[in-house]
Amino acid sequence: MRITQGTFSYLPDLSDDQIKAQVQYCLDNDWPVSVEYTDDPHPRNVYWEMWGKPMFDLKDPEGVMQEINECRQTFPNHYIRVNGYDRRLGRQTTALSFIVNRPQEEPGFRVDRVEMNDRVVKYTLHSYATDKPKGQRYE
Amino acid sequence: MAASTKGSPNKSRWSAGVTPYADMGYYDADYEPKDTDILCVFRFVPQEGIDAIEAAAAVAGESSTATWTVVWTDRLTAYEHYQAKCYRVDPVPGKENEYFAYIAYDLDLFEEGSIANMTSSIIGNVFGFKALKSLRLEDMRIPPHYTKTFQGPAHGIVMEREYLNKYGRPLLGATTKPKLGLSARNYGRVVYEALRGGLDFVKDDENINSQPFMRWRDRFLYCMEGVQRAMAETGEIKGHYLNVTAATMEDMYERAEFAKEIGSVIIMVDLTVGYTALQSIAKWARKNGVILHLHRAGHSTYTRQKSHGVSFRVISKWMRLTGVDHIHAGTIVGKLEGDPNTVRGFYDTLRENKVAPNPVYGLFFEQDWASVPGVMPVASGGIHAGQMHQLLSYLGEDVVLQFGGGTIGHPDGIAEGATANRVALEAMIQARNEGRDYVNEGPEILQRAARWSPSLAKALEIWKDITFNFESTDTPDVVATPSM
Repeated sequence: MRITQGTFSYLPDLSDDQIKAQVQYCLDNDWPVSVEYTDDPHPRNVYWEMWGKPMFDLKDPEGVMQEINECRQTFPNHYIRVNGYDRRLGRQTTALSFIVNRPQEEPGFRVDRVEMNDRVVKYTLHSYATDKPKGQRYE
Repeated sequence: MAASTKGSPNKSRWSAGVTPYADMGYYDADYEPKDTDILCVFRFVPQEGIDAIEAAAAVAGESSTATWTVVWTDRLTAYEHYQAKCYRVDPVPGKENEYFAYIAYDLDLFEEGSIANMTSSIIGNVFGFKALKSLRLEDMRIPPHYTKTFQGPAHGIVMEREYLNKYGRPLLGATTKPKLGLSARNYGRVVYEALRGGLDFVKDDENINSQPFMRWRDRFLYCMEGVQRAMAETGEIKGHYLNVTAATMEDMYERAEFAKEIGSVIIMVDLTVGYTALQSIAKWARKNGVILHLHRAGHSTYTRQKSHGVSFRVISKWMRLTGVDHIHAGTIVGKLEGDPNTVRGFYDTLRENKVAPNPVYGLFFEQDWASVPGVMPVASGGIHAGQMHQLLSYLGEDVVLQFGGGTIGHPDGIAEGATANRVALEAMIQARNEGRDYVNEGPEILQRAARWSPSLAKALEIWKDITFNFESTDTPDVVATPSM
């Protein structure tokens, strides 16, 4: 399966030039860019690990690309996403977020059902990746 | 009214009988509105022979303290304070005997946090007043002093995006079709297919409540099966607007509670339930962490014709105070009423924190929302993937684009229809962010994406000639001198 979180998951994987163009768009809007990675892509896993702090003072997309590539080299088989952050009053939230790296195999999720009374079913989403401990997923 | 306009000019203000409204203090050209006043602008056509100023004063009077004749009991009150004051009357450009009346209402006239109370005054008896041929509430300035007595959107745009983990693009939805007649099991199939194909939301239609062909509880259960399966297929958070509209508030709470219990992130309600029921369910939605979608069923009966009724920009303000998170607000390019500038005025009113007066958009006043969260507008009705560049350009990013027929009517199936819309959207966002002239190059951008997306190619082919070019009825009258 292919996890479709993020803004561009329905497009073919972005090339480095295409990623750089999106980073440039963030910087043009004064949105600091950050890089995050995870081996637990559950849709409610909000807190992916931070690849350093948001790059508040970095205005050069090349510098951001360098960080993205270092993160990819360190975690070639993790999910990695790039975020643009809008600190303006009334927003103060993520403005753009897209995936730039994926594991070779994406095992995905299964639905677990607990049957309650009166036909009510309680659902949970189980991430196959997390069956293995941290560090051994996607190997 | 004939009597009151004639009312003897030499008569003293307080002697028994009829005194013109303007002479009773309901018209004051020198009045300077206070920061705390609620301001309204009404469009009106007086009956033949009725002076425009007197008619405007009558609107102020009948929507605040006045009755048709002098009553001595006014003198037991600080009546000057409670009288609404018409402070300006402008002829409508290009119209014969049609005017805009600007009226100021003191904050003390209204109960805190009650849409029902405010509207009972402002659109109460006055709309049936015989001396006017027609009357329309065009716009309101609601000061922060009053705004802050309302809850406001249960969650608002920012919280909704964080809750759903979706940023940087409009959200995508679809209304389940056919609107009526599907069994709960078949209905849930549509929900599942549309969500797994790439939509973020599917929606009940406004008239899906709990009918013999599908009772609400069955619908809720099958829809949630579809939602959860689609989440597993995509790894994204998905939702279906479960319509809790019902005959009584008790029924609505029962349905909302059940939706929450089975894990729905969103419920919906129709405008037809009334302002008080909407405020109640908005409170419930905040308390229970469930997003609240509003379908504006019925609004066109009073918003569409410019001559009489209430503008949708006013309804937008009331609904932002009421506390809904989503509201249908027009598509511009789709099948339903919507002049581009007028719709832009609605969207700004719903989303921005400070809205400047802008006669081109039909906005008469400045509106300061004082950090009340924004409401996500929803564009729905006759839109399809081939219009994506226009939709993005007209409606922006904080909007739910709902393609009902444009998803479910795809020749290869519902999921493929959903994928076509999502591909078109992401390709357009990518092009826009890259600095392309996406509005003019839109068709080319879509065609290029269609080369690797057969779903999009089919959608573009089948709906390529579909447009709805009809003249709008509700358009702004651009006033030469911008109003205050």
